Amino acid sequence: MKQVIKGGRILDPASGHDAAGDLWLQDGKILEFTKPGAKRPGQNDRVLDAAGLAVAPGLVDMHVHLREPGAEYKETIASGTRAAAAGGFTSVACMPNTTPPIDNLAMVELILSKAKSQGVVNVYPIACITQGREGRQLTEMGELKAAGVVAVSDDGDPVSSPILMRSALQYAGMLDLLVINHAEDKVLSGKGVAHSGFMAMKLGLAGVPPSALEIMIARDVILAAETGSRAHIPHVSTAGGVNIIRQAKARGIPVTAETAPHYLVLTDDCLQGYDTNVRVSPPIGDTADQAALIEGLQDGTLDAIATDHAPHSRREKEMEFALAAPGICGLETALSLVLTALVESKKLSLLEALRRLTLNPAQILKIPKGTLAPGADADVVIFDPNADRTVQTSEFRSQSDNTPFAGWQVKGQVAATLVAGKVVHVLDPYQEKINE
Amino acid sequence: MSLARKDLITLEELSVEEVIQILDTAASFKEVVQRPIKKVPALRGKTVVNLFFEPSTRTRTSFELAAKRLSADVVNFTASDSSLVKGECLLDTIRNIEAMNVHTIIMRHAYSGSVELVARHSQAAVVNAGDGTHAHPTQGLLDMFTIRERKGDFKNLTVTLVGDITHSRVARSNIHGLRKLGATVRIVGPATLIPKSMARLGVEVYTRLDEAIRDADVINILRIQLERQDGQLFPSAREYANLYGVNARRLKLAKPDVLIMHPGPMNRGIEISPRVADGPHAVILDQVTNGVAVRMAVLYLLAGGESDETGD
Repeated sequence: MKQVIKGGRILDPASGHDAAGDLWLQDGKILEFTKPGAKRPGQNDRVLDAAGLAVAPGLVDMHVHLREPGAEYKETIASGTRAAAAGGFTSVACMPNTTPPIDNLAMVELILSKAKSQGVVNVYPIACITQGREGRQLTEMGELKAAGVVAVSDDGDPVSSPILMRSALQYAGMLDLLVINHAEDKVLSGKGVAHSGFMAMKLGLAGVPPSALEIMIARDVILAAETGSRAHIPHVSTAGGVNIIRQAKARGIPVTAETAPHYLVLTDDCLQGYDTNVRVSPPIGDTADQAALIEGLQDGTLDAIATDHAPHSRREKEMEFALAAPGICGLETALSLVLTALVESKKLSLLEALRRLTLNPAQILKIPKGTLAPGADADVVIFDPNADRTVQTSEFRSQSDNTPFAGWQVKGQVAATLVAGKVVHVLDPYQEKINE
Repeated sequence: MSLARKDLITLEELSVEEVIQILDTAASFKEVVQRPIKKVPALRGKTVVNLFFEPSTRTRTSFELAAKRLSADVVNFTASDSSLVKGECLLDTIRNIEAMNVHTIIMRHAYSGSVELVARHSQAAVVNAGDGTHAHPTQGLLDMFTIRERKGDFKNLTVTLVGDITHSRVARSNIHGLRKLGATVRIVGPATLIPKSMARLGVEVYTRLDEAIRDADVINILRIQLERQDGQLFPSAREYANLYGVNARRLKLAKPDVLIMHPGPMNRGIEISPRVADGPHAVILDQVTNGVAVRMAVLYLLAGGESDETGD
């Protein structure tokens, strides 16, 4: 059976295509996209009406926390993948800070089998760099890679030992496995819980100086240069971090980087009132950091936008700011925040913004996603880039609602999400158009 | 007379008029506490909980006396004998205390923002008795009261705060209060303990003590935390005393009628020399006396100030 997503604005960063057209799918794969009405659907073909909507490759989030196993009260693979689908994401790479951590073959197989039986989007496990995320002994990366992991990371725990990081890069590099190291010098950040600027000082919150993040970014860049292995810097949040990565790329060092939507729309002014929903690691920077991140996205220094989706229950958030668990539940607001902060304000074209949410992260992870090329999996997001909406946590598919964006007026509404040609999410008002 | 607010969390949030109202009310309560029978019925039948999650003797006692002199029923609750050691979270503790129908919660806590969190989730009036390194509004008010008693007005005054400004809630409350009433505020201490960004609060930032206290009207000396003496923020107590200890020689640089203040407890011989601490410029015990009157004023005004505060 063929399907056609008709009359939308087709955006495909891989081919640079941005024009009205019909997207044809067959047997879970992309068939082709054509000019509007160039081909008539057959009697048995399913037609999805995308008039007035954008049609793009399903979004790829290279940094999420699905919490299963170990913290199913915050999120599960079932709920987290539904949140992803609702946010327009068709592929997510999940961090290994589960309990127990994803540091062995059995855990990888558990994640993959749960994702298959209970998930609705593609789940790519990231395994630990070190056993138990303890920073002592490397994981069995050869076996893990063969089992399907796309990267290694100790998530929020940086590999502090430079010799171990060097060796992790060499070993993972040998296997062509991406290393993602949380870039933070924990000695320097100490008890810090907020960007060490004016607001943290005023509110009496212990500060994380940018140097705590940037020293680690610089170290990892130097080690990537020396080993020739790929290093990916997650959630870049400071102007200095952008600069280090820009220089590294100019010198041809194999480094890639991501930032998260919250860094693009918030500054440390948001700390007023001690809303623990803005407690994230690394912390939200100041206006200069925010401007530098946007510039980094514009000039390609920052390759990808990833949510760092970190669901937490009220139990971890309704408390003293410094004791609250860091993280924002991000999957269901990411696209809208990007549309609001970057596209509406003309910092990036819609196509270029989508590139950072689709093709770029897919290429960093070396997964065949984020493209509408014929033969690719029919992972597609259909959305209204111009819709105005209010973020309502009551609508979240995630099991958690820790977001500082509740009540925000934002741009963009996901109408439907398809994974391998199957509709895995459709918003009520679009039911009729999508399911005719 | 009352404050049109439920809680007192910071001096930053108060208007000039509110600060003056508290200081004026404190003045009439100071008269009360100098009477033979130091008690008024203003808070009769009301329950005040002293909720201290951090050890404190002075501030807790000062609040307790203030509440008792207003005829409130006072309950002391300290962390060591609380359910917190059993792992109860802060808001559950508050919900339980509130279920006992209390009117006012006086709270001290080690974490900045915790008192604001409690105030947001509680029907009771919440008074901040010190939250982390954020705010200690009644200390700021009693310091201002003590200054006003001696100097009359704030407009042409220069007040120098000496010491560990970074970790001081007392410094932050003094800065907000004094700036609001027009005083010039200088801060001074080692570069490791002075946040440069504080200049944005309208203070002058110094690292040399002699420059900072030149022609000062008031020197408020903060306690240096001996537990910070791990050699990373400053080399030693000895070096600190050399560079930042306020002694008789340095005092000559200030105005002849300079006031010496200290929120206590003092490290004599480190941040303040014994001669200065016990000398004629020191108003350190006045601060303690005034603390009770100021806290009476705060409790009274937040409670709605229904009855005549100075009546018997």
